[in-house]
Amino acid sequence: MPVRIWALVIKEFLAILRDKKSRFVLIGPPLIQLLVFGYAATFDLQHIPYAVYNQDSGFASRELLGYFQGSKAFRLVANLHRDGQIAPMINQEKALLVLQIGPHFTEDLLRHQPAPVQILIDGRNSNTASLALNYVNSVLLRFDQRWARDHHWGSPPAELVIRSWFNPNLLSRWFIVPGIVALLTFVVTLLVTGLSVAREREQGTFDQLLVTPLTPAEILLGKALPGVLIGALEGAFIALVAVFWFRVPFLGSFWALALGMLLFLLAAVGIGLMISSLALTQQQGLLGVFLFLVPAIILSGFATPIANMPELVQDLTYLNPMRYILVIVRGVFLEGDGMANLWSQYWPLALLALLSMVSAAWLFRHRLQ
Amino acid sequence: MPAQNPPVTDPPLRFLGVHKDFQRGKDRVAALNGLDLELAAGKITGLLGPDGAGKTTLLRLAAGLLRPSSGQVLIFGQDITQQSGEHAPAIGYMPQRFGLYEDLSVQENLDLYSKLQGLDPSQAQQRQRELLQLTALGPFGSRRAGALSGGMKQKLGLACALLRTPQLLLLDEPTVGVDPIARRELWNIILGLRQEGTTVLLSTAYFDEAERCDAIVLLHQGNILQQGRPDHFTTPLQGRTFQVQHPSLRRRFLQESLQQRPGVLDARIIAGGVRVLLAKDVQPPKEQEEIWITAPPAFADAFMDLFASVPASPPAEIAASADAADQIPVNTPSRNTAGTDETEIVIQVQDLCKRFGNFTAVQNSSFAIHKGEIFGLLGGNGAGKTTTFRMLCGLLPPSAGSLLVAGVDMRKASSQARARIGYVAQKFALYGNLSVDQNLRFFAAAYGLQGKLREQRLGKARQDFQLHEYGSVNADDLPLGVKQRLALACALLHNPDILFLDEATSGVDPLTRREFWQRINSLAAQGVTVLVTTHFMDEAEYCDQLVLMSLGAILAQGSPSDLRQLAKTPENLEPSMEEAFIHLIDAHERQIRRAS
Repeated sequence: MPVRIWALVIKEFLAILRDKKSRFVLIGPPLIQLLVFGYAATFDLQHIPYAVYNQDSGFASRELLGYFQGSKAFRLVANLHRDGQIAPMINQEKALLVLQIGPHFTEDLLRHQPAPVQILIDGRNSNTASLALNYVNSVLLRFDQRWARDHHWGSPPAELVIRSWFNPNLLSRWFIVPGIVALLTFVVTLLVTGLSVAREREQGTFDQLLVTPLTPAEILLGKALPGVLIGALEGAFIALVAVFWFRVPFLGSFWALALGMLLFLLAAVGIGLMISSLALTQQQGLLGVFLFLVPAIILSGFATPIANMPELVQDLTYLNPMRYILVIVRGVFLEGDGMANLWSQYWPLALLALLSMVSAAWLFRHRLQ
Repeated sequence: MPAQNPPVTDPPLRFLGVHKDFQRGKDRVAALNGLDLELAAGKITGLLGPDGAGKTTLLRLAAGLLRPSSGQVLIFGQDITQQSGEHAPAIGYMPQRFGLYEDLSVQENLDLYSKLQGLDPSQAQQRQRELLQLTALGPFGSRRAGALSGGMKQKLGLACALLRTPQLLLLDEPTVGVDPIARRELWNIILGLRQEGTTVLLSTAYFDEAERCDAIVLLHQGNILQQGRPDHFTTPLQGRTFQVQHPSLRRRFLQESLQQRPGVLDARIIAGGVRVLLAKDVQPPKEQEEIWITAPPAFADAFMDLFASVPASPPAEIAASADAADQIPVNTPSRNTAGTDETEIVIQVQDLCKRFGNFTAVQNSSFAIHKGEIFGLLGGNGAGKTTTFRMLCGLLPPSAGSLLVAGVDMRKASSQARARIGYVAQKFALYGNLSVDQNLRFFAAAYGLQGKLREQRLGKARQDFQLHEYGSVNADDLPLGVKQRLALACALLHNPDILFLDEATSGVDPLTRREFWQRINSLAAQGVTVLVTTHFMDEAEYCDQLVLMSLGAILAQGSPSDLRQLAKTPENLEPSMEEAFIHLIDAHERQIRRAS
């Protein structure tokens, strides 16, 4: 009965859009989050605060330090003169790393001997520390090469030439922003659907629905369609912002992304409705959504690669729709994937959507009370 | 414990030209309009009036929870806005739904409120013991407040409001949604407080409660319509109230017939027939076979006399629209007989059980409901009425037993079978932020009404239930009475054969209730089977058949007079329905307690 489903869809939209607060929730937070995440969530380090303890008075150390001062990635915060000054610098987080150059640095280099440089780094945030270390390494590498050329040491036997594909400058924004498209769509869709049945149970209108001729399948469709539509609009909007504002390249097929999004939304809506039909009150619904949302995001590959997780957790991520959509979104944006490349992601999403929808419809009537 | 009486010159509560208005959307709505009021010390004053008359606003102003827009509120002679907190100990206030912490036990709730009200521990212990005794909640000290029945919750709320032994006690509809037994207990507590010298101001929707007050204040549109002792209201009506009986006609049809005669202001069904209130200087419009007996006027008559001049819905209009063209074909009932096809059973319940874990909510219930009957399910809070109801509507699976509604098990019912029932839930489940029109349209579509038929039904619903002027108002913002009309309109859009009403009159004012029963009567006359639950025993008189439930079991069933007969004792030869209820349930529960 399309008439009855249509009536439900209209009712759902009215219920959401006539309420000032829920109207705002759909538009405000996602937009703010998009801008904040787009600009702030990055793996690229800038202005790494560092201190120098230079015991060498020769020109080589000054040259080396010049490399650091010339780099935008580093910011000199202090010149140290005693051993004892090092620990407080790092303990109090005034500097992320301290560069210690021994007294014989220039001398050693001129004698064609290895000249060690010590880096003391704050390892409290291991991720930041290893990134910073990479930067230091690349600066040292440049210094080495230059020194070798200028002082006729001859060129090294093997030279490393790096080309990074898909993201030539390794901009982390290119990696993160497409992920945000999936992330925010997920959050909004889950919230919209996760509260929809719970709200009606709380207010008693769900019983009223169940005594009408509406069948569970009709209720399911009537509840799912608005979620899918709202999610699709939200996702399309964020994708447009990603392309035209953040200038992330969009190389793949639009339809490949659209199909992926549709399947993803169906799965998300199904999960949202499942949580919602388990909840008795809106508060329980909201709690349920967050209980699912947080692990679903952390274990999705949004920030940390799934391959790094323990195997058991890796297996669990197969139940997470975020896992698949992230591959699809990044594939379409950066790798130029078309539909043909993504079937391995489409079918698990479709299966998840089917399972969650069916159990949600079953729960409408059979939830233990 | 004697409360120290303040000087006679200062009444416990005094309103001087109090205005209070609220912002509603773009308009300012006046809740109180220059109200003057003075309470007599040590008396119980009842506050009555239709929904939206300003009862709750008045109580909240007196409790100091609201500030008057203009005018003065004086508590024992002191302006309540001048000093905050100083008089709080003298006032006890219980809102409609008292803020009990549902996850704390009875004792923990009392402890918490004792601390919040700054009682010192030894004093608190003493007072709590008194109150637990007074409210008979002692044995339930360790029970979670959320697990208490509605009546027990109200008693606990009252106990919390009484911790400081207030001199002025403000109660906002303390007996709403409470069964007759708990209601009697609450009143015993209130009457006991009067003996201690406490001044009580309470709002209520029950006329019998009004008659127990020392003074009645009748509010209407934010002002006092009339006030005085109960007999001040009833004496002017001497000679205008009658009890009418008819040897063969059913009381429902007699009432409907009387209601439409000129000069009849109100006709309502009571134990001994139909009670009629006539306009001033009108001769009784007596018809053949009818017996008219003069009856002493009651407060209910006075209330109707004052408000009947603004009738909310002329019953003639409903009766006329009932014959509208698009009715489901029903056997037109012949009015002088029972009016129903006695043989056709619409709802058949056999050995119905429902268990939640170890708890048996309903056990071995069996009853049958005939077409066109008004069938009432009575019982205390937690007796299993709502559980039975939800099983009948297919919202809850029974644990055992069989249950057929219109020949099918609703639990497994197809959507066609569901199209034959209408359901009005407790507290009127409507979409709050959808307008009246949107609610109607949605339910019309949900029942599969389309095109011309839909427009026709919607038009009829708006007309029958006077919803025209509320079309674009959100359901949440409607007065309670209109909400109830809308809920009923939504449940009737598809002309169902069976109508389920779960406490559909709880919390609505007497005028709305009267109007509501007129509609139900005319529906039943058209052959609609109506199933109701209610806490109002006077409403039970409107039913053809009753089932009285207690602790999940059926205690008695039969017509209202059958049930009254059961409670007949040598001391009380003509018990009212309320007395019968209390008698039967008390006896049963005492028996159970002795057995266990």
